[in-house]
Amino acid sequence: MASEMAMERIVTSEKTINLRRRPRPGEALIQGFLFFCGAVSILTTLGIVYELGKEAWLFFGSPEVSLVDFFTKTRWQPTIGEFGIWPLVTATGMTTVIAMLVALPLGLAVAIYLSEYASARARSVLKPIMEVLAGIPTVVYGYFALTFMTPLLRSIFGRDVVEIYNTASAGLVMGILILPLVASMSEDALSAVPRALREAAYGLGATRFETAVKIVVPAALSGIGAAIIVAVSRAVGETMIVALAAGAGPAFTFNPFKAAETMTGHIVRISGGDLSYDSLDYNSLFAIGLLLFLITLALNIISQRVVRRFREVYE
Amino acid sequence: MSQQLALPEGEALRHNLQRRNRLARIWLVVFQASTIIGIIFLSALLYKVIIQSFGLVAIQNKVDPASLAIEGVPLEEQTREQLTETLRANVSKGLMRRFESEKPFEERTREEVYVLVLERVVEPKIMASWSLPDSLFRRAAIEAEVREKYPEAQLQFRSWLTAEFLRQPQSSKPELAGVRTAILGSLWTILITILVAFPVGVGAAIYLEEYASDNWFNRIIQTNINNLAGVPSIIYGMLGLALFVRGLEPLTSGKLFGTVDPTTANGRTIISAGLTLALLVLPLLIINAQEAIRAVPRSLRQASYGVGATQWQTIWHHVLPNALPGILTGTILSISRAIGETAPLVVVGASTFIALDPTGPFSKFTTLPIQIYQWTARPQAEFRNLAAAAILVLLVLLLSLNATAVLLRNRFSRRL
Repeated sequence: MASEMAMERIVTSEKTINLRRRPRPGEALIQGFLFFCGAVSILTTLGIVYELGKEAWLFFGSPEVSLVDFFTKTRWQPTIGEFGIWPLVTATGMTTVIAMLVALPLGLAVAIYLSEYASARARSVLKPIMEVLAGIPTVVYGYFALTFMTPLLRSIFGRDVVEIYNTASAGLVMGILILPLVASMSEDALSAVPRALREAAYGLGATRFETAVKIVVPAALSGIGAAIIVAVSRAVGETMIVALAAGAGPAFTFNPFKAAETMTGHIVRISGGDLSYDSLDYNSLFAIGLLLFLITLALNIISQRVVRRFREVYE
Repeated sequence: MSQQLALPEGEALRHNLQRRNRLARIWLVVFQASTIIGIIFLSALLYKVIIQSFGLVAIQNKVDPASLAIEGVPLEEQTREQLTETLRANVSKGLMRRFESEKPFEERTREEVYVLVLERVVEPKIMASWSLPDSLFRRAAIEAEVREKYPEAQLQFRSWLTAEFLRQPQSSKPELAGVRTAILGSLWTILITILVAFPVGVGAAIYLEEYASDNWFNRIIQTNINNLAGVPSIIYGMLGLALFVRGLEPLTSGKLFGTVDPTTANGRTIISAGLTLALLVLPLLIINAQEAIRAVPRSLRQASYGVGATQWQTIWHHVLPNALPGILTGTILSISRAIGETAPLVVVGASTFIALDPTGPFSKFTTLPIQIYQWTARPQAEFRNLAAAAILVLLVLLLSLNATAVLLRNRFSRRL
């Protein structure tokens, strides 16, 4: 029995004395319910895999779709039966890359500042600000991208160059959204590095900056790496900013000032309209969703592996 | 070490030291600047929302309200009967009949009739709107512009965030639209989310922390929960669409209970939305609750066993009360995430337009973030103003929730 092994024990040198009284009859019932609660998470995962898989299977099974075209063609136009995933993937890639260009340098710099430089007072002001930033709903960031960032970009680069909807604006604001995540995860990793390492570096005459960059950051690299991967996964799955600011039509382009639709943006736009079940459109959403799920799952698993494999353990 | 280290000395040392110190100073500035940039972005975001929520508007009435005065009584002070008469005199018979069939005039309050008169007879229309700084510093230019472009319009200062805004249902006219339906929709949805997610989440946390042994199955559960926390919210929306809206349609549309809302008759209801959000916040809630339970000292459990308590008695009477502040804080934080979620609810099928209050878990729904999304997505500037005001409402709601979490934590931790 699982519970039998988890009993509280007082271990003496030779034998285990269990002080716990035997469960009353009703408690087995309670324990069963608790087990069910734990199993709900497994059921959720199975549900996601089953539902996405089933509809995606129907999608790829239909005569109008071929798996090869799906992964090689660069046009996504369900109305004329063209299903090439690339325009959606490149748009997702572009917003993600732009977001990372903002979030990684800024986030790491903020983390280093908070953990290595900031006084206790500065930290007590800055950390709540970061938490507030992290707690703002993403639809608000979408509003911000559309009404602030896009006009800003258009006034800088010219209205002819920057379209009303563009991936640059969405990506930049997404970077701001992800900044607190990168900063707080990296800061946790940096703070976990033992003081002795820093003291040793100072003792050898290193400056604060040298200590931070050459000693502390390498020592916390696994945690920072994990933060980066989680940030990428978050950017890939981010929806409302791109739905509002990136554009409403798949376009195969690498110009960040042009409108393009990401995978998540496409799912939201199509499912927000009148969607009939069992249509090819409906099934195609689940194929995109499955791809999205697999990408983010892979990123999350890699991040957990990175932490476990490359963690430096200090006494 | 066989190699002799070439250490700089004298002039070279000083030079080297200066260079290193300079580098350190430059980078300190870079780090500080990055932090400040982050704060600037947050301020810009709040600033943008606030300046859009207040400002000048040019309003043009189709019928001058002064001409609707009856025997010298202005429109604002008329009784319900007088208002009904005004309405009858100014709209077609067919429209009157439609109002009557929607809700008889005898049952309508004065306020409701007044709003109808405004909406159908006076028909104020916002021709243009300006942001707060423009309204304050460019007033003269704006007045000139209004005189030229909209000679019949009146310029007035308008706060988009008013008590009316909170009380009015959704409307296709920006000057009359409010967030009442959206707020009620959000509250209903969150209520269902809490009712499902809280017991299941805490139950799962208790199981994992107190009962589960270290075998492969329980390790899978734990890994799985960590992975689920990283799944994009839109995927949960798709699960909700396939599972709750389609798969469990008889249940979620209310057919099984015989309470089908005639206007929906499908599973795109509040209960589907609430269940979807419950699945979404579960991983977060479980992880938070686990941490709270783990923080309860082992000695407490052993003392309880020592006086002969069973495992469940120990958990119920000692572990849970001690972990409660932490669990509640974690729950409120998870719930505030659910309140702000938009994407999964769009996928599950929030209604694009409903002006009637939700009446129960089987009603069609819209929520505050979805309202913001729809208003933002419209090209007219007035709807952007509405979106900004709705964002302020949402942010205030979230902030007060978080403040409650902090207060709860402080209060409980003092008592224990």
